[in-house]
Amino acid sequence: MNIALLLEMAADGAGDRVALGSRSGGTSYAELLRRARNTAGWLASHDGQRAALLDGNSPAVPLLLFGAALAGRAFAPVSYRLAEPQLRTLLSRLAPGVLITGANAAVPEPLPADLTAWPRAELLAAADRETGLPASHGGPDDVAVLLFTSGTSGEPKAAVLRHRQLVSYVIGSVEFLAADPGEAALVSVPPYHIAGISAILSSVYAGRRIVQLESFDAERWVRVVNDEQITHAMVVPTMLGRIVDYLIDSGDHVPSLRHLSYGGGRMPAPAIEKALDLLPRVNFVNAYGLTETSSTIAVLDSADHRRFAASDDPGERQRLGSVGHPLPTVQLEIRGLDGAPVAPGVPGEVVVRGEQVAGEYLGDSRRDADGWFATHDAGYLDDAGYLFLTGRLDDVIVRGGENLSPGEIEDVLLTHPAVRDVAVIGLPDAEWGEQVVAVVVLADGAPATGASADGAAADFAAADSAAADSAAADEPTLQQWVRDRLRSSRTPSRVEFVPALPYNETGKLLRRKLRDQFCGGG
Amino acid sequence: MPTADVPDLRPGSRWRSAVCESEVIVVRAPAEPVLLCIGGAPAIAADASQPAGPGRPAAGTLDDSLADGTLLGKRYTDEASGLELLCTRAGAGTITVAGRPAMIMPPRKLPASD
Repeated sequence: MNIALLLEMAADGAGDRVALGSRSGGTSYAELLRRARNTAGWLASHDGQRAALLDGNSPAVPLLLFGAALAGRAFAPVSYRLAEPQLRTLLSRLAPGVLITGANAAVPEPLPADLTAWPRAELLAAADRETGLPASHGGPDDVAVLLFTSGTSGEPKAAVLRHRQLVSYVIGSVEFLAADPGEAALVSVPPYHIAGISAILSSVYAGRRIVQLESFDAERWVRVVNDEQITHAMVVPTMLGRIVDYLIDSGDHVPSLRHLSYGGGRMPAPAIEKALDLLPRVNFVNAYGLTETSSTIAVLDSADHRRFAASDDPGERQRLGSVGHPLPTVQLEIRGLDGAPVAPGVPGEVVVRGEQVAGEYLGDSRRDADGWFATHDAGYLDDAGYLFLTGRLDDVIVRGGENLSPGEIEDVLLTHPAVRDVAVIGLPDAEWGEQVVAVVVLADGAPATGASADGAAADFAAADSAAADSAAADEPTLQQWVRDRLRSSRTPSRVEFVPALPYNETGKLLRRKLRDQFCGGG
Repeated sequence: MPTADVPDLRPGSRWRSAVCESEVIVVRAPAEPVLLCIGGAPAIAADASQPAGPGRPAAGTLDDSLADGTLLGKRYTDEASGLELLCTRAGAGTITVAGRPAMIMPPRKLPASD
């Protein structure tokens, strides 16, 4: 069992179908397999166990992914957007091996001694040269992919994904060659994100043509959807927000798009409601997963999206903010501090088990003796089994012995018309242990706070009531907004206003940065 | 039953027919050891280090009464033992588990999530 099996099966069952690229002139499955085998031969002629990539999306990604598998090497895509010191550290952890570099990648000089850099063009040329397939390829327990976690709460960790885990994920969640010949998936998530890997594996196994966007940009994304008649796409929440804004501003449409899945971060309810309104014929799927679980472990499907968005029942409507149900191939529990499963509605830690669950970093397996992996995500299951995520466990605010979820408070603040974006963090407090601090980005046209707030409020006084709400978005107003909707312990003791929140390039909020910024202030 | 006839059908392990081109991988292990045959002959462990390929010599002859064929990419199950297989290469033989023909599983209806 090896991830290359997925490509071999597709080449066997639909060899002439286009696997990668445009409808006319794209690469067929048979051709992709031939080129992946040549890539394997090329990799096998170089020393070292790692096939690293410092590049955006290109045909080199599937070639290296499958070629490394066929050569018994680990594919290790690395973010080309990292600052040089961090990049150098990560690369030194990947040596020995080869490093394929894109034209735009800033390659640190000098490289670790036993890591040999080759331009992408060299790999693509090698894929066209007929070589013998290496004598042995990776077995089920060998490492298929090494991915650095985003490191939002510390140093990035190298997550280990083995062949059997990735293959189990794909054959457990995708039906072989089930895609209609006209279907095409647009991959715009970077290759160093687990969704960029799983998109390739799932699409190949489903027989769905892959079109790649080298790096994400909303305007380019919309243009490629139309040029290539894209039917399927996966995006992270920040990407979806930008696509929706672009479509509204430009008046452009995406008529070929039928299926849009999103995940990899928190999606505020107003944002998904806006997207559902704008794209009424698109099926939306919210996918929850981690690098350490070989991608998706729970989904909120499109029928639930439409049903909950249209519901008048507050409980049902709230489920639009859930991540749905666990996959049938995954066992999922919420556990309390004592490690025992808790009842529906009670918050705790999300813990999972299944063939696809890797839960391992280089030199460090984190699965327990029974195979369970603690995700460090905080959440709860409601009485109908819908999974709600409330943030990372490390982000839970402990105020006076009470555990407060930043996500719950953020959701309430986001419903205020003047609030565009918000992060709620816990800062040290002498009396309560931690205090609740809201860091708010105001919507366009909403006033800043402080001395100018009163004047701005006066300017807005003549406007309609919604604008009047915006005008009043100062600290006391937002505190009252939360107090009216949640218990008073959840009311921020401080509200800070900033022009933008710090996100990494795949849309993960860097709470640690905010804590550092506001710690000691105020 | 001698253990040589009842191999360890671990999840992820690959097996091929001795009498046709069929190959399968184990998706779910059986609750108890069972005999897996394809085309009437016990399945052989496919060398994990060898890529799949056609033209392997048959080590026996196909039982004509067990020649309904296997379909590429279909999942097969034997309810009594809990064994679940995925056909990774089609062939002429029928998959049997402890003598019972394995059943084709219906397609999944999971939404595409990536």
